[in-house]
Amino acid sequence: MGDSIIEIQNVDKHFGRLQALNSVSMRVERGEVMVIIGPSGSGKSTLLRCINGLEHVDRGMIIVDGIPVTHKQTDINKVRAEVGMVFQLFNLFPHLTALDNICLAQQVVRKRSRQEAEAKARNLLDKVGIPEKADSYPSQLSGGQQQRVAIARALAMDPKIMLFDEPTSALDPEMIKEVLDVMLDLAREGMTMVVVSHEMGFVRAAANRMVFMDAGQIIEEATPKELFTNPKHERTKLFLKSILHH
Amino acid sequence: MVSESKPQSREIVSDVQRWGPATGRLLAIPALERLPWWGLILIISAIFVVYSVLVSANYQETLLFLADGIVVTVQLSVLAYALALVLGLITGLGRVSKNPILYTMATLYVEVIRGVPLLVLLIYVAFVVAPVLGLRDDTLRAILGLGIGYGAYLGEVYRAGIESIPRGQMEAARSLGMTYLQAMRHVILPQAIRVILPPLGNDFIAMLKDTSLASAISVPELMLLGRMNNARTFRSFETFTLVALIYLVMTLILSAGVRWIERRTSGGR
Repeated sequence: MGDSIIEIQNVDKHFGRLQALNSVSMRVERGEVMVIIGPSGSGKSTLLRCINGLEHVDRGMIIVDGIPVTHKQTDINKVRAEVGMVFQLFNLFPHLTALDNICLAQQVVRKRSRQEAEAKARNLLDKVGIPEKADSYPSQLSGGQQQRVAIARALAMDPKIMLFDEPTSALDPEMIKEVLDVMLDLAREGMTMVVVSHEMGFVRAAANRMVFMDAGQIIEEATPKELFTNPKHERTKLFLKSILHH
Repeated sequence: MVSESKPQSREIVSDVQRWGPATGRLLAIPALERLPWWGLILIISAIFVVYSVLVSANYQETLLFLADGIVVTVQLSVLAYALALVLGLITGLGRVSKNPILYTMATLYVEVIRGVPLLVLLIYVAFVVAPVLGLRDDTLRAILGLGIGYGAYLGEVYRAGIESIPRGQMEAARSLGMTYLQAMRHVILPQAIRVILPPLGNDFIAMLKDTSLASAISVPELMLLGRMNNARTFRSFETFTLVALIYLVMTLILSAGVRWIERRTSGGR
């Protein structure tokens, strides 16, 4: 079975009549960087949100680090504390400074002391390259800086897995690189990552495996090299063509 | 902001003294154009009240008689509003809850209370609910009645505030492992409170005026003392003019406060 940290088995998910996920199965190994691509509305984000229980599945099973997320008895908050998530629109807490954004959950969920949380937060701000922004409010930061604070906020919980939901698609082009650099560093450190993104630079540099989704189904799963050079399905070919040509 | 408004108001008082109220030249003065109309009324009524009381023994006696009522009215407003804030918060949380029991209870409370006139509610609480609870004190009964009544309105204010916060905030907090209540307390409510401070202030003003209804259940507040003074002295004009002016001065001061809060919350972020 290998050393899989995320296991998704035959997951179905409906939003009203729309079938967002259709019998999706996927496995992510420890330390692996998995990138999910696909057209909008194909279920990529939904799949990601099912992994940390932000969406409930209708059928099937998801096991994260040995804990069945989809079981009713599971304390989902325990799972979430181990799974960091980074959102497309950052979702920083606007009433708190960058530092307090990173400290809040450490203190509330991990029950760390203020000093401990703050030391960790400053460390992480250093790591994402904006130590001088500790006392800035989100509205005073650029998009790229906000997203880096959001990554630091997720990392502060010492997660075993990081989920990235289109982390660069709301950013201006010149800010994409600073966020991708942080993500690349994380990948090099051996963090398990599931990334929904069409940033091919990141994919080439960091992805171990790729999944192509369309209409709620996984169409194809392969290494980036295989997928780029030799896609097996017609839909994959068409999609890759459309995103690689510009 | 504070340092700006203080010298401005001092200037205004001196302007009023120099030219006197209601001369046509007043509006031509730049400092007064910035002065809101209610500020003018506030100043004029304050001057009128002070002047009347100073020159007339009748007004002095009336004011003396009403003084205790002012204290009771303020007490009643503050305590009833505190109760309403707590009830409102619980109700607001119930109204946004996914739990059908909490949601239904909160909705039922809001719909029932909003559908009953406040005077009827006050009398109902005073003569039906309070005896069951063993409450004897008139003021306590009025606090309970007003608190229950305004709790329903404030519940809707809280609900609107909570719903005005983008969904991503709750998701981000939950994704960090916070429970629903932790996320509410540390992420959603601090942001929602900023949004609803002005409407909360407006409801406080409305409640201050509605405390006059408590005169119907014999709470010795401003209105009841006014009626008693009228019955005692038959000086209706002096009595009720003073009663109305005292309410007006209190609400104008409060609405100045609400405007100040509005400016602060919309400006800084």
